[in-house]
Amino acid sequence: MNPLLTVEDLVVEFKISKAKFRAPDGVSFTVMRDECVGFVGESGSGKSVTALAIMGLVPKPQGRVLRGKIVFDGTDLLKTDEHPRGKKISMVFQNPLNSLNPNLKIGKQLTEVLEEHYGMSYRQAMERVVQVMKQLGIPDPEEMVKRYPFEYSGGMRQRVMIAMAMLCEPKLLIADEPTTALDVTIQAQIIQLFKQLKNQSKTSILFISHDLSVISQIADRIIVMYAGKICEISPMKELFEKPLHPYTVGLISSIPDMKERKTRLKSIEGNVPSLVDPPSGCRFHPRCQQKMKKCIESEPPLFSIQGREVKCWLYEGVEE
Amino acid sequence: MLLRVENLSKSFPVEFSIFGKPTKFLRALHEISFEVEAGSIFSIVGESGSGKSTIARILSGIYKASGGQIFYNEKVLEDPSKNRDIQMVFQDPDTSLDPRKTVSFIVEEGLRIQKIEGKRERRRLVLDTVRSVGLTEEVLVKYPHQLSGGQKQRVAIARSLVLKPKLLILDEPTSALDVSVQAQILNLLVELKERYQLTYILITHDLKIVNHLSDYTMVMYLGQIMEIGRTEDIIHKPLHPYTRALLESVPKPGLDNLSEFSIKGEIPSPLNPPKGCPFKTRCPLCFERCQENPELVDLENRKVRCHLYKREV
Repeated sequence: MNPLLTVEDLVVEFKISKAKFRAPDGVSFTVMRDECVGFVGESGSGKSVTALAIMGLVPKPQGRVLRGKIVFDGTDLLKTDEHPRGKKISMVFQNPLNSLNPNLKIGKQLTEVLEEHYGMSYRQAMERVVQVMKQLGIPDPEEMVKRYPFEYSGGMRQRVMIAMAMLCEPKLLIADEPTTALDVTIQAQIIQLFKQLKNQSKTSILFISHDLSVISQIADRIIVMYAGKICEISPMKELFEKPLHPYTVGLISSIPDMKERKTRLKSIEGNVPSLVDPPSGCRFHPRCQQKMKKCIESEPPLFSIQGREVKCWLYEGVEE
Repeated sequence: MLLRVENLSKSFPVEFSIFGKPTKFLRALHEISFEVEAGSIFSIVGESGSGKSTIARILSGIYKASGGQIFYNEKVLEDPSKNRDIQMVFQDPDTSLDPRKTVSFIVEEGLRIQKIEGKRERRRLVLDTVRSVGLTEEVLVKYPHQLSGGQKQRVAIARSLVLKPKLLILDEPTSALDVSVQAQILNLLVELKERYQLTYILITHDLKIVNHLSDYTMVMYLGQIMEIGRTEDIIHKPLHPYTRALLESVPKPGLDNLSEFSIKGEIPSPLNPPKGCPFKTRCPLCFERCQENPELVDLENRKVRCHLYKREV
C-alpha cells in the first residue's frame, strides 16, 4: 500500500535579524492510510514547524521551505497551487481560544467550513455540524451552536476544534499538542476522543506532543525528534520495550514511575542546543553518555533495524 | 509542626452594588486545614480552579486570607509577606524573572530589599547560591533571555534560596520545562532539600511528580479538601472517587491505559458551585445523600470528604 503522506528531506529555514537556523533540518518520514503517527520532541525540535510545512503555513517572511518534498495523496504540496488544507488535511492547535473567533457564534464558525468547501446551504451545513458535534460528545449541540466560544469550557472548546477539523472528513488530521493546555481528567477525555476517531473513521492522524506518555496512548508509530533531526522511528510498543537511540532512552527513563518510587530520576544532563550554532556531527553528542569520536566528526545516517529506524552510530553495521 | 493552617478561607468579590459594596463572592477556598511537618514535602493537587494556587499566594503573602489562621512554628503568622522563612518559586521563569535585569541583580534583589549584610558579603552569598543550584559564575552577568529554560528555573530557585528560607513553596516548578530538563530540576530540588534542610509545599497537577517526591498529599476540588493523607496511601489506595479519577486519568508511558476512564464532564464554575458535595456532578458513585455536603471524615492516617466513608469509632 502506498503511503498517504511522504515527507522527504524537508528543510525549513528561519531568518531572524541576522541569525539563521533550520528546524526541521532534513526530515523524512511517511504516514500510511488509517495510521496514527506520534511526533515527540522538545521545544525547538522542529515538530510543529514540520506540521505547519505540511499545512503550507510556515510563517513568512522569516521562514521558508528551503528544500524537500511533501507528497500527499499523489500531489507535491510544495508545488501545487491548490493546497488541500481545510478539506483533505486539517489541523487542531494547542490553544482553542487562539483558533476560534471570539465574536462569532460557534455554529457560524463551523457551518462556514462546509459552506466554503462544499457550497452547502446554511441549513444543510447546520444539520451536519449538529451531527458531528453529537458524535464528538458535545451535549445538546442544537443549543450549543448558538453560543460564543467564551461560553464554552476548555474541554468543550477543544472538542469544537476537533469537530471543525473533522467536518470535511479529512484524510489527514494533524493535532499539535491538543491536550497540553487541558487538565488531566479532560486530557484523558480528549485522548479517548482521538482514539474513537482513530477506530471509527478512515482519517490518518499525525499527533504531536512533548509528552511520551500521552502519545503512547494513541500512536501506532512514534517519531522522536531532537534539534531539528529525527532520532528514531519505531512502532509504539517496541519503542518503550527497547528504545534504541540514547536520547529516547533518556527521555523514557526521565519519566517518574507511578509504581516504584526512586530517590533520583535518571535525567539527561545538559541543555537542548541552540539551532543557530548546532553541534557538529550527531546533534545529541554533547549530552550523550555513549559518545564516540565518530559522533563529533560526522552526522550518522538513519540506520534500519528490524523495521525501525535510528540515527545513531552505535547501530552501524547491525543493519539488516 | 513547621506550618499549621486552620480553617483558611478566601473569597473574591466579583460583583458590586452601585455604591461599591460587593454583592457576590467567588469562594476560592473554604475552611482548609492542614499541617506541614518540618523536613517533609507536602503536595497539593487538583485541577485548575481547585484553589491550590490561592493557598500558595496566601502563604507567601500575595493575597490576604478572608478567614482562618496560619501558624508558623506554632506562632500565629499575621503577615506572611513579612516572613523571610517562607519563599516561593513560580511556575514560569519567563514571567517571574525581570527580562531587563542581570542574573546577579535578580538573585541579589531579595537580600538588598531585606538589607542583609554588606555589599561584598551579598556578592559572596549570591555566588554561593548560584553555584549550589548547579550554575557557574558566568551566568551572573547574563540576562534571562540568554539562558535556557532549565537555567532560568535554576535562577528562580536561587533567588528564593538566597534568603535562606525554611519553607519553599513550589508552584508547578517544572511544568513550563522540557521533559529532559524536568528530571534535572526535580533531582536538584531533592538535593537542595537535603543540603539546606528545607521543607517544601509542592503544587502540581502531575501525579507522577507527587508520587516521586512527596510525603503527604492533599487533593483539592472547588476550594475544598477532598482527601488528605500520606502520599503512599493516596496514590496506591485512593478512597475519594475524585482522587481515583485523577489517578485513572494519568497517561502511563508505553501503555494504553486510558480506555476504561470513567469520569465525565468538567470542573464546575466556582462562581456557581453545585449544592451538596462539590464533586456530585461528575461522580460515578453519586447517591441521594450527596445532596448534602459531606464532612471531612477522619479515617486511619487520613481524611476524606465523601459520604461513602464513615467515621471509625
